[in-house]
Amino acid sequence: MSAPFDPTEKFATYAHPSRLVSTDWLAEHRNDAGLVVVESDEDVLLYEVGHIPGSVKIDWHTDLNDKVNRDYIEGAAFAALMGSKGITRDSTVVIYGDKSNWWAAYALWVFTLFGHDDVRLLDGGRTKWLAEAREMTTDATSVTPTEYPVVSRNDAPIRAFKNDVLAHFGNPLIDVRSDDEYSGVRTTMPAYPEEGALRGGHIPTAASVPWARAADTDSTFRTRTELDDIYRGEAGLSDGDDVIAYCRIGERSSHTWFVLTYLLGFENVRNYDGSWTEWGNAVAVPIAVGTEPGAAPAPRP
Amino acid sequence: MSADLLAEIREDFLALEQKDRLLLLLEFANDLPELPKNFQDHPDLLERVVECQSPVFIFVDLDAGGAFHLHATAPRESPTTRGFASILAQGLDGLSAQQVLAVPDDYPQSIGLSEAVSPLRLRGMSAMLGRAKRQLRERLAA
Repeated sequence: MSAPFDPTEKFATYAHPSRLVSTDWLAEHRNDAGLVVVESDEDVLLYEVGHIPGSVKIDWHTDLNDKVNRDYIEGAAFAALMGSKGITRDSTVVIYGDKSNWWAAYALWVFTLFGHDDVRLLDGGRTKWLAEAREMTTDATSVTPTEYPVVSRNDAPIRAFKNDVLAHFGNPLIDVRSDDEYSGVRTTMPAYPEEGALRGGHIPTAASVPWARAADTDSTFRTRTELDDIYRGEAGLSDGDDVIAYCRIGERSSHTWFVLTYLLGFENVRNYDGSWTEWGNAVAVPIAVGTEPGAAPAPRP
Repeated sequence: MSADLLAEIREDFLALEQKDRLLLLLEFANDLPELPKNFQDHPDLLERVVECQSPVFIFVDLDAGGAFHLHATAPRESPTTRGFASILAQGLDGLSAQQVLAVPDDYPQSIGLSEAVSPLRLRGMSAMLGRAKRQLRERLAA
């Protein structure tokens, strides 16, 4: 059974208001039966420092990635993970995290690969919850394990692989990394160690829209009008477009995927999680350097 | 202070399961010593470790007896970074300059955290160690 939707006025302007909840709403509903609150952070220890009472932790690195393949976990592992967190297939899952929900959006995207129906983000994430001095705890959450069905991942609708990108030229690409990563000056975020992609730059024709532009200073999503100005105005996206977003490993672009899909209503948005750590090292793929998007290579079907 | 404290810290980590290694890292994060008063009043003395995604600042010091001290500060909301800084601050404290310079540059990769913490984050710890050594060399040359 789904939890009720948050009727917050701001959310009603988005294409899919049901994908967001406010801090007020969560404070009121966090103990509802059938609702599970998940924290997913960039900092692997942050949950232990303090979390929303009753919430469970899902770590992108240790929980969602396969240890052998560079890939996400398979259905059986996802089912085991969900079961261990007390999540059923019918649960309403509300995810929140640090850094404007960057990793929370990534977790939400992985939930969506498995077709989990009701998964939402806390608008403003951990930052806003803390800024409002709401309740936090270091107490361990006691979880009653559940049975979650083994569901096959369905990658195709929302996930792009390298060959999908090569076939995509001529359609819009969004590079959500920082300006210096886009132009090729750096291969990772400012203030992060250089990771060692062989070449810096971007995928030819990609528009540069750093992911965090979608977040306001209080970590909430920007208004519908502001987002339309950025993505439809500046980046030139139009209804019906087939869009691929990418970053370094697919986490920041999950945030943009969420914005384009659920807030702006684009129906064909895929996240290329191989992103620059694959593309910047791959053999026989073209790149563009500098601040201009560059010309479209011929698509490779 | 024992010159082998870093080695002992490594043994402590490696003796634990992955999940408990994270909890030990959290203990280190909670135990990061406060900055001495003279640095609290002079944030300009601290060097930012720009390789770390969180604002972490370090300063190295040799006391009158030639013993090394690493001072570090990082926000409460960045416990992983605090933990790394704390391991180095505690593990290097009281060593001689030569002992500090002899610490292997790949020490951060040797303490068994690569599975629990992504390699990119561990490199932030390497950057702290590298910067601490560089500051020390500059201090010795001055």
